[in-house]
Amino acid sequence: MEIKKEQNGSALTIHVIGRLDAGSAPDLSKELTTALDGVTDLTFDFAELKYIASAGLRVLLVAQKRMNKQGSMKLIHVSEAVMEVLDMTGFASLMTIE
Amino acid sequence: MHKITVEAVVENLQTVIDFATEHLEEQDCPMKTAMQMELVIEEIFVNIANYAYNPEVGMATFCIEFEERPSAILMTFIDNGKPYNPLEKSDPDTTLDIDERDIGGLGIFLVKKNVDEIDYKYEGGKNILSMKKFF
Repeated sequence: MEIKKEQNGSALTIHVIGRLDAGSAPDLSKELTTALDGVTDLTFDFAELKYIASAGLRVLLVAQKRMNKQGSMKLIHVSEAVMEVLDMTGFASLMTIE
Repeated sequence: MHKITVEAVVENLQTVIDFATEHLEEQDCPMKTAMQMELVIEEIFVNIANYAYNPEVGMATFCIEFEERPSAILMTFIDNGKPYNPLEKSDPDTTLDIDERDIGGLGIFLVKKNVDEIDYKYEGGKNILSMKKFF
């Protein structure tokens, strides 16, 4: 997994590239701990995210809970395979997906 | 039947997935099913790696075989860790709103959603989890 960030004031876009699995989810989680400081508008760009497992879903849930307190969060360019997992677990209805 | 035994640590997840993928490709398993099996393998293997022997490290065995007419994948995970039946864990309530959602139980829930049959037994000191998926 590779993470690319684009910050514009308090708006942050995070591109998650590759696989968000048990091996890589802790890295994203760690990154978010500090990256979200002062962010009010968070976007995850999943255009190049091919695969997500429950470890990745947990990171998204934690991020969503945090952003509910300090602003908003959305997912964009979600692939069919990732969308299926979000649907199956009810995450699709918890998050803003564009 | 094809079988691989590895030390149950998250770092070995890819080895097990590559092993399974090789056999799924040989069987011309549809891409979508292969991805679902990858997710199933990850969730179970990671569970074994994190909990079965904790705080020690032990081994995990993964077996894959195929049936014809109808085409099906049979996968089994075996470990010698603490007896643990993942099927006893209640499913997360996927209708709850964000503040009530818990982060646990998602992995095995995804496994159940992606296979057609799943069976657990504890036999001879081993956890044996078998699954079947038609394709």
